[in-house]
Amino acid sequence: MKFITSICLIILLSFAACLYLPWWSIVFASFLVTAFIPQKPGKSFLSGFLGIGLLWGALSFYKSYLNEHLLAHKVSVLILKMDNPYLLIFATALIGALVAGFAALTGAYLRKKKA
Amino acid sequence: MRIIPFLISAVVTACLVLLFNTKLVLPAPLGKLLAPQQGIWQNAEPANFDYSADLKFDALQGKAEVYLDERLIPHIFAEVENDAYFIQGYLHAKFRLWQMDLQTLSAAGRASEVVGDIALNHDREFRRLGMVYAAENSLKVMEADPTTKAICDAYTAGVNAYINSLSESSLPIEYKLIGYKPGLWSNMRSALFLKYMSYDLSSRDADFEMTNARSFFKPEDFNKLFPPIQDSLDPIIPAGTIFAPPSVALKIPATADSLYFKNAVTAEESSKPDRDNGSNNWAVSGSKTASGAPILCNDPHLGLNLPSLWFEMQLSTPTFNAYGASFPGAPNVIIGFSDSAAFGFTNGGRDVRDYYEIQFKDDSRQEYWFNNEWKKTTFRYEQIKIAGKPTFIDTVAYTIFGPVMYDKSFAGKRTTNNKNYAVRWKAHDPSNELLIFNGLNHAKNYADYQATVVNLHTPGQNCIFATKSGDIAIRTQGEWPAKWLGQGDYIMPGTDSSYMWQGMIPDNETPYQYNPERGFVSSANQRPVDSTYPYYLGREYPSPRGFLVNRKLAAMQQITPKDMMDMQTDNYNVFAEMAVPVFTKNINQSALNGTEKKYFDLLQNWNFRNDPDSKGTTVFVVTWNKFKPVVFDDEYANAPKPVERPLESTLLEGVLKDSAFKFLDNITTPQTETLADITTLAFKNAVVDLVKAAADGKLEWAKFKATRVNHLAKIPAFSRFDLPVGGGTNIINATKEEHGPSWRMVVSLTAKTEAYGIYPGGQSGNPGSKFYDNFISDWALGKYYSLWMMTKEEVGDKRVKWKMTFSKG
Repeated sequence: MKFITSICLIILLSFAACLYLPWWSIVFASFLVTAFIPQKPGKSFLSGFLGIGLLWGALSFYKSYLNEHLLAHKVSVLILKMDNPYLLIFATALIGALVAGFAALTGAYLRKKKA
Repeated sequence: MRIIPFLISAVVTACLVLLFNTKLVLPAPLGKLLAPQQGIWQNAEPANFDYSADLKFDALQGKAEVYLDERLIPHIFAEVENDAYFIQGYLHAKFRLWQMDLQTLSAAGRASEVVGDIALNHDREFRRLGMVYAAENSLKVMEADPTTKAICDAYTAGVNAYINSLSESSLPIEYKLIGYKPGLWSNMRSALFLKYMSYDLSSRDADFEMTNARSFFKPEDFNKLFPPIQDSLDPIIPAGTIFAPPSVALKIPATADSLYFKNAVTAEESSKPDRDNGSNNWAVSGSKTASGAPILCNDPHLGLNLPSLWFEMQLSTPTFNAYGASFPGAPNVIIGFSDSAAFGFTNGGRDVRDYYEIQFKDDSRQEYWFNNEWKKTTFRYEQIKIAGKPTFIDTVAYTIFGPVMYDKSFAGKRTTNNKNYAVRWKAHDPSNELLIFNGLNHAKNYADYQATVVNLHTPGQNCIFATKSGDIAIRTQGEWPAKWLGQGDYIMPGTDSSYMWQGMIPDNETPYQYNPERGFVSSANQRPVDSTYPYYLGREYPSPRGFLVNRKLAAMQQITPKDMMDMQTDNYNVFAEMAVPVFTKNINQSALNGTEKKYFDLLQNWNFRNDPDSKGTTVFVVTWNKFKPVVFDDEYANAPKPVERPLESTLLEGVLKDSAFKFLDNITTPQTETLADITTLAFKNAVVDLVKAAADGKLEWAKFKATRVNHLAKIPAFSRFDLPVGGGTNIINATKEEHGPSWRMVVSLTAKTEAYGIYPGGQSGNPGSKFYDNFISDWALGKYYSLWMMTKEEVGDKRVKWKMTFSKG
């Protein structure tokens, strides 16, 4: 339950923060959530990783879908050197997931007592 | 708390943020770019995007509506004329901000601010040419005119209203990719934009190359290579027109033909405007059309870019109603039509940029020798900001001629042997070109045109005009320096006043045509007049296109707009009509092998049309391009570089007139080569390349030529390649690799105007919009769109897709 709650909170907090703040505000959203909701480090990492992975993946897919993938075709050629909109969406999700995962892990270690 | 794992994961997180937010490790800040709420995904415009909006701005004086049609053309209806310019500025910025910003940064020599010191040479060259100095001079007269000032102020306010509404996430994608932000607009930036057009259209010169050619060749050879006038000339103002004696009496300097030109030079610009920055325009009178009303046509040939130089729109106010192509960066419609008339331009192409060699007293550049005394220079300190580096200060000396562009501290790409060259460019002089565009938007008749056309000083243009009342006219307009024969073809001495421009050709001596008997007026960048015109006009004018335009128009009757569209997109190669027989008659067929014979047949059976699937065109073009070096490379082997080569028509006319044309002989061999030897050799050389092209599947002309429309930052993913389009140099459809008809327009001035047009681009500058390049495929096929001069009664028309309202608030 904690796991699902954490993921949801990270998604909500990150989305709200990014309306006003730079993209890396997802770091603070993930960190705060895992710092306040204690979980094992591995689970904390996963809540950040999956939370932002889902959020960024879904947002970029939605934007790209409405755009009929017109821009994603072009930008994937530019950045990934291959014409594949889905790979660009995946890269987007992965980058957000990695950053948020480690931020969430940091939050977990803040709370975790020595064994 | 577990300190060690905490610190490790905190550092990893920080490193990841750094990795994805900067260019320190990766070539791009991928996190910043791909973050869905801030980065490039924000530029992925939904396919069914709704452009409708209600906007309020303090600067507006009344109400206005903008109807966007299915091609995203805005039709602006404003209660107050100046509000229309505010909205025009707002919409230019909304759809084209990045290009406006980039082009004016480049014009101002400020590219280094964005891309770093790789642009420093460009920036120094533009500053030293006096681009900013020129724009400042023009801005003064623009702002001294109350009408122009009010228009510019409204336009600038509109651009800035849009810029101020932007957030980080709504910036155009190029800012995100390159990593910078737009600066605010100003009237100065509109002035800079116009100077950018002057640079593109009126700054081409070959003074250094011609000086080297003149210093190297014997006078009799030089005159053969660079005749002042081509034989095949059919000038804009027909030959035989009587000109009044000149009112400017020119004193030719005593040393004009002396040995001064013995000194070779080696300076060269890092880039040059395209030689073929030209255009076609013509108007036929009602006596030659099926409807009885004049038809005006124009297609300016410029660099083909995305986003396009042009933005199509309608401006409707209580004082005028105009539709056509506008420049993002400047108010009004530039090439288009009103309820009463149509107007357009081709480039005048005269040489209005000359160089003078300056003798400084010493390295301080504070004094230079002029008219037997040391005269003081003034200095302009050009501060060039460079991304990531300290500001570079370029100190440029100004003389009576103009800025000293090349000196010890700057020689462009080459060396100038420590010589100093000042540049005198007509665009340095104050002028207010916005007046002519505004005047033409308002013009109701020929008298209005006459009154406003003289406002165009630089870049000089062949201004074409036609009215619903049946008038047609063309004027070789510009404020042109009155030159003596050969003046400004070469670098001139700057130690006294004898080589300076002695005056400008008065307005009343500018050649023009008004309702000529032949029933049409036309221009295609050929020489404006024949040799009886009393001022020198330079040597470098292409002739074949103009010749063909006139030949066609003279033969046509009962002309319809469709005929005019067919003519604008015509691929007939009149140059080849004259040149192919030189090859087919002279090539020694018995010396050809089987493969060569096959290509010879393609050339012989070619119909002289540069159509997309034509193989004969490719054979001809490659053969001709091999013919030139085979003829001239031996004579030019020891010439100082850079050096001017003769015009293609000079070579063609040379061999047509005289099969023993002097330069045919290869001077490095003991025997005397004939036209047969040279054409055969050129053809054999050509076949080597043609076999390769055929192996690549690129023998068809469109595939061989591979026309492309480049993104302005040369990002391939945002460009279009390999367009299936014919045409080429010397063809009315003047589409080359990355240069060609940038806007095609045909306007039939019947009671209800019937107009057609297209440009190779799209209305939106956003590569993430379906309106980014949606015209290109139709343009390549030679199709046109119907240009809709909308009326207020037609707001319910099904072509109207979105509505924006603008009001005070």
